[in-house]
Amino acid sequence: MSTALTESTLELGSATYRKVVDSGCGYSHLIPKGSVVRIVDREGNQAVDTLFYNAADPSDRYSATDTIAAQNNLYLTTGTRLISSEGHTLLTIVADTCGRHDTLGGACAAESNQVRYAIEKRFMHSCRDSFLLELAEHQPHMNKRDITCNINFFMNVPVTTEGGLRFADGISGAGRYVELRAEMDVLMVISNCPQLNNPCNAYNPTPIEVVVFGEAGTAHSHAHSHAGEAQ
Amino acid sequence: MSSQEQVVHRDALRGGQMWSRMVRRGQLLKLTDVEGGATVAALFYNARQPLERYNMADTLKAQHTAYLTTGHVLYSDMGRILMSVVDDSAGWHDTFTGHMDRKSSETKYGAGGSYQKLRNDFLHDTRSNFLIELGKHGLGKRDIVPNVNFFVKVTASEQGDLTFEPGSQPGRHVTLRAEMDVLVVLSNTPHAMDPRADYAPRPLEVTVLPGTPQTPVPKDDPCRARCEQNERGFQLTEDYNR
Repeated sequence: MSTALTESTLELGSATYRKVVDSGCGYSHLIPKGSVVRIVDREGNQAVDTLFYNAADPSDRYSATDTIAAQNNLYLTTGTRLISSEGHTLLTIVADTCGRHDTLGGACAAESNQVRYAIEKRFMHSCRDSFLLELAEHQPHMNKRDITCNINFFMNVPVTTEGGLRFADGISGAGRYVELRAEMDVLMVISNCPQLNNPCNAYNPTPIEVVVFGEAGTAHSHAHSHAGEAQ
Repeated sequence: MSSQEQVVHRDALRGGQMWSRMVRRGQLLKLTDVEGGATVAALFYNARQPLERYNMADTLKAQHTAYLTTGHVLYSDMGRILMSVVDDSAGWHDTFTGHMDRKSSETKYGAGGSYQKLRNDFLHDTRSNFLIELGKHGLGKRDIVPNVNFFVKVTASEQGDLTFEPGSQPGRHVTLRAEMDVLVVLSNTPHAMDPRADYAPRPLEVTVLPGTPQTPVPKDDPCRARCEQNERGFQLTEDYNR
């Protein structure tokens, strides 16, 4: 698979929706089929943990293993089709100025932070907290049962030829973005990662921006403040 | 396996067959690739509260590995250890390439594998097997997560391109120790990347062996001592088991 960078053909001025999402916030957006969503790493090396669901049937959701098997490659970039657990293509990555995105690393949680870093890390904010809060708002209600696989946009988790795995320094930078075309109506749920224990973001989680081209769809956010509203 | 070995439960699974059972804390689950070339998909749940389940990502990142073998543990999504790999003569078990469903299985092996035609030799696919076995425990589609593929070795190039390495040899086995009461679901069905063109999953021997839970699991246990993350994982699991 090529990791060449692919710039978007879309002008930011033609966007129908823009929203800055601060780190530590959950965010969800119902994206209509045919619309294109761009996620921008505004300050560089931020991890954007993202879940996708078939909006018509959320039991049909993004599957990391089906996506990996379909392209016979571990990393996500332009051309990757995001495959659901029922074998549907949810979205296709149509532009990518970062070059590689992770889908093996999962999402941080209070409990896995205890294992990875220290027993006392239990009470730090985590992606799973943001996911659970967002999912609780949807009808029908969703919960931990619905958190199966996520993508970590802008994160670099290389697997070595010997089968090792590490969290490497980011390969993203300020202003890099990834763009996806919805191939069906999809629910996108983002946790803009609050992780403070991992050097991959220089211990400094930063805001991202969600941009939609085409039919704007509907968004929802558990933002801590509204300082980052659409400009 | 010696005939003197004390056994809690034993099953011989032919190709295509599925299995589930609660393996109690301390018991051992031994899987044997009888003829070589087996590919066995597996899911794991906390039997007491199946909302807690095997988590591929947490398992890999806690132990900085992309595959499973002796000394590794299988983490749940709650920071606890479901099973420990205490013995493994195969050396590599995959957990990031998932499993086939009916559609992908029919694409690979043709649509002629129906029950009407083949009776009980019909061509089972892994996802259907999982759904059937999970359904018996009140579980379903929302409970299917990235699974373990025992006896499957898939490596990645620096660019991430994947290669299915030749299958395991006759008699190779892997043994897992349950660190809590675990619901184990198995499907003895072909792997998506298996280059063999025919539908020919190999026989699998499944054995549950007795064992007494150790409280605590000794500090020098190879799985516990493997890394500081596993030490904390065992502490959290022991706190839960109290």
